[in-house]
Amino acid sequence: MTRRLSALLFGALLFIAFGARAELTIEITQGVDEPVPVAVVPFGWAGTSALSEDVSKVVAADLYRSGLFKMMDRADMLSFPTRSEQVYFRDWRLGGQEYLVIGRVLPAAGGQLRVEFELHDVLKEQRLLGEQLTVRPGSLRKAAHYISDKVYEKLTGIPGAFSTEIVYVTSKKLGPDEFNYQLQLADADGANARIILESREPILSPSWSRDGKRIAYVSFETGRPAIYLQDKQSGARERVTGFRGLNGAPAWSPDGSRLAMTLSKDGNPEIYVLDIASRQFQRITRHYGIDTEPTWSADGRSIIFTSNRGGMPQIYSIELESGWVERLTFEGDYNARGSLTQDGRHLVMVHRNNGVFHIAVQDLKTGRLDVLTETYLDESPSIAPNGSMVIYGTQEGTREVLAVVSIDGTVKYKLPSREGNVREPAWSPYLQ
Amino acid sequence: MRVGNLSKAMAIAATVVWAAGCSTTSSTSDSADSMDQADQRAEQDAAAATGAGAGESMQGSQMGTDSSAMDQGAADVTDLQTVFYFDFDRAVVKSEAFEALTAHAQYLLDNPSAKAVLEGHADERGTREYNMALGERRAKAVSRYLTVQGVPGQQIETVSYGEERPAVVGHSEAAWSENRRVELKYESR
Repeated sequence: MTRRLSALLFGALLFIAFGARAELTIEITQGVDEPVPVAVVPFGWAGTSALSEDVSKVVAADLYRSGLFKMMDRADMLSFPTRSEQVYFRDWRLGGQEYLVIGRVLPAAGGQLRVEFELHDVLKEQRLLGEQLTVRPGSLRKAAHYISDKVYEKLTGIPGAFSTEIVYVTSKKLGPDEFNYQLQLADADGANARIILESREPILSPSWSRDGKRIAYVSFETGRPAIYLQDKQSGARERVTGFRGLNGAPAWSPDGSRLAMTLSKDGNPEIYVLDIASRQFQRITRHYGIDTEPTWSADGRSIIFTSNRGGMPQIYSIELESGWVERLTFEGDYNARGSLTQDGRHLVMVHRNNGVFHIAVQDLKTGRLDVLTETYLDESPSIAPNGSMVIYGTQEGTREVLAVVSIDGTVKYKLPSREGNVREPAWSPYLQ
Repeated sequence: MRVGNLSKAMAIAATVVWAAGCSTTSSTSDSADSMDQADQRAEQDAAAATGAGAGESMQGSQMGTDSSAMDQGAADVTDLQTVFYFDFDRAVVKSEAFEALTAHAQYLLDNPSAKAVLEGHADERGTREYNMALGERRAKAVSRYLTVQGVPGQQIETVSYGEERPAVVGHSEAAWSENRRVELKYESR
């Protein structure tokens, strides 16, 4: 009835900007008991003008943030080798280091830069990695994150997720009935934050397409909720739903062709799936309770959702083909916003115990539930594409901030912002 | 017909009272808290209403082309309570809201061109989209109270803001109980 599929660029009350933002800073609160010592030596650069980024500093910060590594202080380094033949392994061994990252930046054709890096095993005196990449001078930070990804993968066996991005919502109360909401995009380390949508009305539930090119979200810019899809690069957006009642919780299917969501157009909050190409909606749940917060299994065959059909909110899964519904959570009286790790083994959720909300993970094979966080009013967990970390929203004093916890609960850090509330983070997939 | 509606309303009221009685100890204390606040609020509202007398009569004279009954309705509705509070994770209209809601229903029945928007809200605890659904439940519970009294559905719209538009910012039960609410706003009188 009210299905209007309008493609619009700029609304009256909002504008899309790509301005610089106050960046989120990292504050590590907990790491593993015995982090592996790694030295990242300042990269060589023979050019006349200074580089825009200190590559080795970015790499060291990335590795440190994973909580798995202890970084050697530059002041403690006896030498700054930039090539294999300059490395005296004995010095690094005596300095207590297990691994060594060295590299150099060189001018390349067309004003580009060539970044070469190597990873060495200090104890075995062996080169583990050696690669080079050519980038535009403005992309040095990206190159650094790429190096971090490769080093992390070599040392842990898990691909790094340092080259990814996060989207999140910020809000400020300006007056008694006056608010400012922004949808922001930043690198995974909080750097390069930029506004991609701004409005006086609520913005919520950002969700990435699996190719990382588009973001779906809910905006109240018309005074009523509607789901929009926005192209990350161009900022072009279109409204895909504007039904009477709820239009919420968009979640992209793994193949990118469908969008699961919550609509109450038929009277009750239910899960629907929109086929993006044909614009056909398919109703998935049928229950008089609240059904919301859909997310997809990795194979795209099932949807995980929150329902209070048993009296209190719990997490269920529904197999799309058969309609078979299964309850997944039983511990605690409030479990919501579930999402599965890529391997389908673990369910990450918001869990309430004794009136306190935390992020928890449940092993679906053993049924074991572990509470990962001890911060306050934790919500909106989003899993990194490599499954190692969960970013979530929490409270610090009277402000909402983002925090990260490793999936095993051993590593924790916060991304405090300088002003306003920051919430609802969504971790991007791997980006090309 | 009207009698039938009234008995339905009574039945719902009875259910509501029963449900409130069944709630756990913690939510009973919740409701006690918010009842206190509702009382305070009612006092404030009453105080505000006496000061707003001039505004009312102006509105009355604007609308008063038809009957004196309508004048009466217009004057009444501005005095009424427009914010209704709820217990945690509940969408049950409390008994203290019945009187004001019944009067709103009467006003809507007397003024078929009037339109009310019911904005549902939740406190900050729990997940955002679940709270969005909860806010809608609350708005719909109020809507149902009005339609049971015979108000046509076209005169009522529900919108949920979930926890996105808190009335009071804070992490205390006092703030939460003021945020779990439905606000009735007249889009047109």
